[in-house]
Amino acid sequence: MTDQTQILEAAPAAPSAWQRIKDSHLWHSFTRDRVAQISLAIFVLYAVMALFAPAIAPYDPYDPSQIDILNSEIPPSWDEAEGDENFWLGTDAQGRDLWSTILYGTRVSLMIGLCAVALQAVLGICIGLVAGYFGGRLDSLLMRLADVQLSFSTMMVAIVVLAVFQATFGTELYQDLAMIMLILVIGIAEWPQYARTIRASVLAEKRKEYVDAARVIGLRAPRIMFRHILPNTLSPILVISTVQVANAIIAEASLSFLGLGMPVSEPSLGSLISSGFEYIFSGSWWITVIPGVVLVALVLVMNLLGDWLRDVLNPKLYKG
Amino acid sequence: MIAFLIKRLFQAIVVMFVISLISFSIQDNLGDPLRELVGQSVSEEERQALRDELGLNDPFLVQYGRFARNALQGDLGTSYFFKEPALEVILKKLPATLELVFGATLIIVLLSVPLGVYSAIRPSSLFSRAVMGLSIIGISIPVFLTAIGLIYLFAIELGWMPSYGRGETVDLFNGWWETGFLTGDGLLHLVLPCFTLASIMLPLFIRLIRAEMMEVLQSEYVKFAWAKGISPRRIYFLHALKNTMLPVITVGGVQIGTMVAYTILTETVFQWPGMGFLFLEAVNRVDTPLIVAYLIVVGAIFVITNTIVDLIYGLVNPTVKLAGKK
Repeated sequence: MTDQTQILEAAPAAPSAWQRIKDSHLWHSFTRDRVAQISLAIFVLYAVMALFAPAIAPYDPYDPSQIDILNSEIPPSWDEAEGDENFWLGTDAQGRDLWSTILYGTRVSLMIGLCAVALQAVLGICIGLVAGYFGGRLDSLLMRLADVQLSFSTMMVAIVVLAVFQATFGTELYQDLAMIMLILVIGIAEWPQYARTIRASVLAEKRKEYVDAARVIGLRAPRIMFRHILPNTLSPILVISTVQVANAIIAEASLSFLGLGMPVSEPSLGSLISSGFEYIFSGSWWITVIPGVVLVALVLVMNLLGDWLRDVLNPKLYKG
Repeated sequence: MIAFLIKRLFQAIVVMFVISLISFSIQDNLGDPLRELVGQSVSEEERQALRDELGLNDPFLVQYGRFARNALQGDLGTSYFFKEPALEVILKKLPATLELVFGATLIIVLLSVPLGVYSAIRPSSLFSRAVMGLSIIGISIPVFLTAIGLIYLFAIELGWMPSYGRGETVDLFNGWWETGFLTGDGLLHLVLPCFTLASIMLPLFIRLIRAEMMEVLQSEYVKFAWAKGISPRRIYFLHALKNTMLPVITVGGVQIGTMVAYTILTETVFQWPGMGFLFLEAVNRVDTPLIVAYLIVVGAIFVITNTIVDLIYGLVNPTVKLAGKK
């Protein structure tokens, strides 16, 4: 009797959660996979850089009073002839310290990527749950919509929508709204990725006994969908999410490169690369190359983490 | 089969209708046609009279009907900038873009099939691992960075390739199609943009073909073929490859559309005189008829490729339920 109460009391306590993580398949695989460890470490480094950018950065790239046009296009400090030790990665064409600008740019890129994927996930999960759980006509309608939406590539939709908005609002007003627009467009355009996968898992889960049990005791559909079925579809969600963040960051960078994304005054990594592209022919390679390497490394570790998660969790992803 | 065909065609028409509706509302809201026609000095009353005359005060649906009728006859308005019919301006640039997509597709098919098949047959060989490692790096590099890298290496540092434009072209079909495939200079100009465009899809296809092939190689009928003593080459390239290519067709068809989207990026970096480059210029100039014409042409390309791919898939794969139900 006492044993039982002890177990009941001990069950929800904090250490057991840690223990559960340590015993899990995921953790076991993580401790053996060097690539996953390094990727996660680099990702955490990026996250810290982004989060504490104002504290780490020696200059504030958004503050015009700290920018001197006379400092423009200084090469990185290891260039002995022209380098300046005040700017260890050099400066861009406007005289901004490249290291500070990259820190802030990473912050912008990551924020847009994460927010856009959060929006995709919310939309996609809700639609996927509804389509899978209720089925029937609603399901075929939603999935047909997803097919059509997917057949137009995200890039195309995003370019067209943003271009039209830019033409309507004018460039000035558009630049103020750029971040929200990017999040909305990338977020809305990719919902089918989540919806299809969630729907597929819901269809599999729906037949299981625990769902019948929940229905028999009279729980309402939303509760069954979100509290009972959703937790069992978490592993595909996790796998898609990492890859989707990587894709969203690439999409944002590409849009910014086209001049449809973040303005040069508040650059993301993509707009920084874009602003440097004009100067690459005159020999100022660092404005393009350094942010480019930073961007590729970020996307690469996200993709490697996604690959690793897919191999470990091995969820049934929607194929086709 | 007929029901499947009709269903797909119906869907294509619905999608085209929605695209035209969106295009029309863009045209309706973006810019004022009167400003393009008359100067600042015209009085408000004259403007209103002109608005009535041009039908700009008609209800939305009436205006849309007129727009759709004209569009079906190939009249999408006159470009403000070029002072020519918008559709003609777009169609003149279409060959450049299509040649880019064609070149890239060629590269993808020629490289992804052997690489994917090889890395499926020998998954643990050093070469396969290198291919897989490179492919994940390839996925992680945005297309404009690939373009910049290629330009920097091959055009600036080595000076082997031109960095922009189409070079020398040859007129075909009475000037309706300018091709870069028939001159050495034109081909040289195609190399970098085509490889750039191919670089987006190549890693995806290698990985897809590898994954599908590995799955097929595990299947019973392949094991049976081994047991029967059929030569490895026959098993890999005749029996296994056939079934591998089925899903590749569907994905491939969708990706052709995606490639058209990425031509905008590629064309911008290489200043390739195609549709995508034109579209961005039109956006900067707020050339509404041109924007609308681009949307409709590209929308049609997407819808047509997707419908064709669906139909081919239905024909090739006997397991697809042709009624269109899943």
